[in-house]
Amino acid sequence: MILDLKKLKLRSVNEKLQNIDHKKNKRDFVISNPEGNHAVCAGLTENIDVTIKGHVGYYCAGMNQNANIIVDGNVGTGVAENMMSGKVHVKGNASQSAGATAHGGTLIIDGDASSRCGISMKGIDIIVKGSVGHMSAFMAQSGNLVVCGDAGEALGDSLYETDIYVKGKVKSLGADCEEKKMSKKHKTKLKELLKKAGSNIKPEQFKRYGSARKLYNFNIDNVSNY
Amino acid sequence: MCGIVGIYLKSKKFEKSLGGMLSKMLVSMESRGPDSAGFAIYKSDKNKIYKYSICLNDMSFEKFKNEIKKKVKLTNVEKNSDHVILKSIEKPNKILPILEDFSTISLVGYGKSIEIFKQVGSPSNVVKKFNLDNFSGTHAIGHTRMATESAITTDGSHPYSTGEDECLVHNGSLSNHNNLRRKLKKNGSKFSSDNDTEVAAGYISDSLKKRNLKQTLNKGLSDLDGFYTFITGTHSGFAVLRDEIACKPAVIAETKDYVAISSEFQAMAHLPNVNNAKIFEPEPGIVYSWGK
Repeated sequence: MILDLKKLKLRSVNEKLQNIDHKKNKRDFVISNPEGNHAVCAGLTENIDVTIKGHVGYYCAGMNQNANIIVDGNVGTGVAENMMSGKVHVKGNASQSAGATAHGGTLIIDGDASSRCGISMKGIDIIVKGSVGHMSAFMAQSGNLVVCGDAGEALGDSLYETDIYVKGKVKSLGADCEEKKMSKKHKTKLKELLKKAGSNIKPEQFKRYGSARKLYNFNIDNVSNY
Repeated sequence: MCGIVGIYLKSKKFEKSLGGMLSKMLVSMESRGPDSAGFAIYKSDKNKIYKYSICLNDMSFEKFKNEIKKKVKLTNVEKNSDHVILKSIEKPNKILPILEDFSTISLVGYGKSIEIFKQVGSPSNVVKKFNLDNFSGTHAIGHTRMATESAITTDGSHPYSTGEDECLVHNGSLSNHNNLRRKLKKNGSKFSSDNDTEVAAGYISDSLKKRNLKQTLNKGLSDLDGFYTFITGTHSGFAVLRDEIACKPAVIAETKDYVAISSEFQAMAHLPNVNNAKIFEPEPGIVYSWGK
């Protein structure tokens, strides 16, 4: 079913996708002419397939549950923010805060993601085939961030338990983020994640980064700083 | 918030439709800036005539025309709503003091190619008021304002022009503008508002006396404290700079015919062949420029 945003209002398109009629058994949708609109496909809850043909604005596929959303174009700020489950695949570039605060599901970005990719992520798997900008995985709590290109400044600043894998150069690591050993368990996990994104790159080419866990507890030696 | 837009034409193909292209961009950025809007449009500067863009405020066009004709050897005065483009072969050092004597009008910009129009009200009303759709040119910059740190007035609207054929639009806010204004005033710069962006424009004009645009903006990274995406126009093109934290958005679309920049992609969705354009975000702290 084709939903043309030149003819239909964004709100009616989102309402339709949020309230799927189970009797009709329609599970394939195409959205045409998104023209940079914000919040396209926000708040979907059903296991449906949606392809967006073109570039979209902010918070595309935000809060997604179960839906499989493909964006044939670029996305603005906060794609798949607070996603719970499902899959979002961006074929172009993503702006800042991609996958922010997301609890689950998979976000695949074929191009580059800009700054703060995976900020405060809480369980999502993010695979970026290009590079990510500064402050990526800031305060990231769990899940995996895979970067096939380079990472910008202050990667993983104030990190909790997210695993970060980067193939290219890291401009700088943020506070409490350090390079970690890549064990067999991590290689297996990374291979699985890369496979999900359709990538053949070998896990051995990546480095793993994680939390040094020095910011977890209050350190009495720092008391004079407060 | 605020919205900023700009187009630089690489080929002559769209020169006649430049105004129409910019107009749609401004209107679609109304959600980011409903308080006032403005634009600077550049036309080729092959002749020696200077153009002075003036907002008449409360003065009537007839009165202004009569009074200015007594003082300046004119080639033309063109009225466009409450703005006037005064065209003269006389140089700025002669004309600017004369215009300063008119207490009620405001000079919004001058140069051989630039024309600036700005006013309070929604962007859709402002572009209609000045008939932006009918403008042609080589490049143009626009702004829609959501006022934060100074009042909603014509003086508080962007673009700001503080030098010949120069202008600046800004999305963001500066925190050291009062100190910088004091310093620049000591060096002879003049300001007509309390606005932070006007200080940035004055800073750029002052620096351009000694440096080129790229060097100026690179120096600005350490001298201007705050959040910003700037588009700064000159007679030959424009440059874009985002602060190093990249608080304020910007997206660029480049085709073989034009380069467009805006705060959000939706402002460019109507541009010809934009879906095949190279679309990217300018990286923080890096100066991007087009034109000579």
